[in-house]
Amino acid sequence: MGEWRYVGRKLLQAGVTLLFIISVNFFLFRIMPSDPVRLLTRQRGVQLSPEAQAALTHDLGLDRSLPSQFVKYLADTLRLDFGDSFIYPGQSVVSVFARFLWPTVLLVGTATVLMIVIGLYLGIRGGWKRGRPLDVGSMGFSLLFYSMPDFWLAMILLIVFSTALGWFPSGGFESPSSDLSGFSRVLDIANHMFLPVLTLTLGYIGEYFLLMRSSLLDVLGEDYITTVRAKGVREDRVLWRHAVRNALLPTISVIALSFGLVLGGAITIELVFSYPGLGLLLLQAVDSQDFLLMQALFLFASVAVLASNLVADLVYSWIDPRVREA
Amino acid sequence: MANHTTGVPTGTKRSSRSVVWERRRQAASRFWATYRRSGMGLAGLAILVAFALMALLAPLLVSREALDVTRVDGPILASPSWEYPMGTDESGRSVFALVVWGARVSLAIGLLAAVVSMVVGATVGIVSGYRGGRWDAALMRFTDWFLVLPSLPLAITLAAILGQSMFIIVMVIGLTFWPWTARIVRSQTLSVRERPYVERARGLGASDRQLIPRHVLPNVFPVIFAQTILSIAAAILAESALSFIGLGDPLRVSWGGTLELAFDAGAPTIGAWWWIGFPGACIVLVVLAFTMCGNALEEILNPRLRQR
Repeated sequence: MGEWRYVGRKLLQAGVTLLFIISVNFFLFRIMPSDPVRLLTRQRGVQLSPEAQAALTHDLGLDRSLPSQFVKYLADTLRLDFGDSFIYPGQSVVSVFARFLWPTVLLVGTATVLMIVIGLYLGIRGGWKRGRPLDVGSMGFSLLFYSMPDFWLAMILLIVFSTALGWFPSGGFESPSSDLSGFSRVLDIANHMFLPVLTLTLGYIGEYFLLMRSSLLDVLGEDYITTVRAKGVREDRVLWRHAVRNALLPTISVIALSFGLVLGGAITIELVFSYPGLGLLLLQAVDSQDFLLMQALFLFASVAVLASNLVADLVYSWIDPRVREA
Repeated sequence: MANHTTGVPTGTKRSSRSVVWERRRQAASRFWATYRRSGMGLAGLAILVAFALMALLAPLLVSREALDVTRVDGPILASPSWEYPMGTDESGRSVFALVVWGARVSLAIGLLAAVVSMVVGATVGIVSGYRGGRWDAALMRFTDWFLVLPSLPLAITLAAILGQSMFIIVMVIGLTFWPWTARIVRSQTLSVRERPYVERARGLGASDRQLIPRHVLPNVFPVIFAQTILSIAAAILAESALSFIGLGDPLRVSWGGTLELAFDAGAPTIGAWWWIGFPGACIVLVVLAFTMCGNALEEILNPRLRQR
């Protein structure tokens, strides 16, 4: 199959999936047990006049038939018009979203780079010298941290490093009312980010370790490695030049997937460290039943996974043209 | 474990059913003999038995009244002592009581949610793998769509919309995890379907309705079982996260719910480590144990992994 046909097919599939995600989002918020307008206004202590209720119903398009509501929702979504947020009155969902996006990208981005580098390195070392202390230790470490709820690890780190030792601030994005600028502000932000990044990194290193290790073991069993060795190539060259290169391939899709975790992975960690990112925003939306905001966040989380899967597929096929045949 | 002395008496005419059961019993004892060799599997099993006993015997260990904030008279936020081995919370309840009774809810939700995801995932996987063709294409496309929906945000959103009860949490977690089971079961079904005895049975005129339960399911079952054990671990983690966020069943004490109370009361900043440490350590131990058992099972079923 030609390269462009493959890309076209993948794009088409992603488009169909996008349509599915948008439909799920549409119906998810219409299976609510009671009238959405009442849900939107309940708990807010607002008593809406019948006219105002009717106006809100009209704004949300709830007075139309289901298919025409869907068309309106689809058009609004594609224009990125998600209405106004209830928690932050007078601000559009998109502007609130943008404000909370960057802290999460910074947090998850930093942690992802760290977990990939450390996890892959340990996986290569562990798989190469199977059964050695480093391998066994990393194995136990992976299993232990996989079994740990990340919010619990976050709280334990908080107790130890913030409450008991006082090394790091207990939460937030930066010191409140600080007039720091330039480099000292960067340091302040990094200081606040240290524990959340540590939690996230510790929690996910294991995944990369296990993946890299098993992928390397697969490759080391292949005939071409035996051939390379028979040719008298030095051992460290066999590992880095011949084995690791091929063993890295399967990790691409997992790396892409973890970028899709932008929202999901950090939700409870952001809660523990009151870190103002998308996860915290989602929980605020849940608490105050801001369904429009919730809907937009859920859509974003799904689209992030979809987009990173697509990127992984394309990168993979570019590096290893064999997958296009499958 | 079972051995040949308990078998069917020979010499008498054996019904086909008794032959089948005898064969299954032998398979089970062979399986146990292999499982027993896995240190991890045994350690996991031992931890699970301990926690299961704790959950079942909860009423004998601690009276239920110890959970009622209006009836307890313990010191507030006391660190562990002989009288309160795991300390107390901010209403003077013994954390030990919360841990013992919380085991019931956390384990029950984990088990039930894993069963829900097993039933849905296994059905989709078997139909998809066995039928093949258009059914397979359609079902797998559908499964892929669900794989894209991020599970924790999906579970949070569903729980926020539908409300908070144990039933809803079980369904929400179960329905977010099934696609993984479906994929694994499908690939196993694909290989079972091609085995000669299935072809032979079909040649003898067996219908799908006879083939699937008698010949396909028993051979796919071990994979489903291992996958279910691993799903329980994931489901317990998901339950704890949902409860921690405040979307758990507010009327029941669970490990995640206890951690939520502790966090809301500021336990990390006042240094009440026992209130957070013990319930969390239980989650870690149980999830670890299920994972170890699941890995041990997978290793037995997938000999390719055994050399690692």
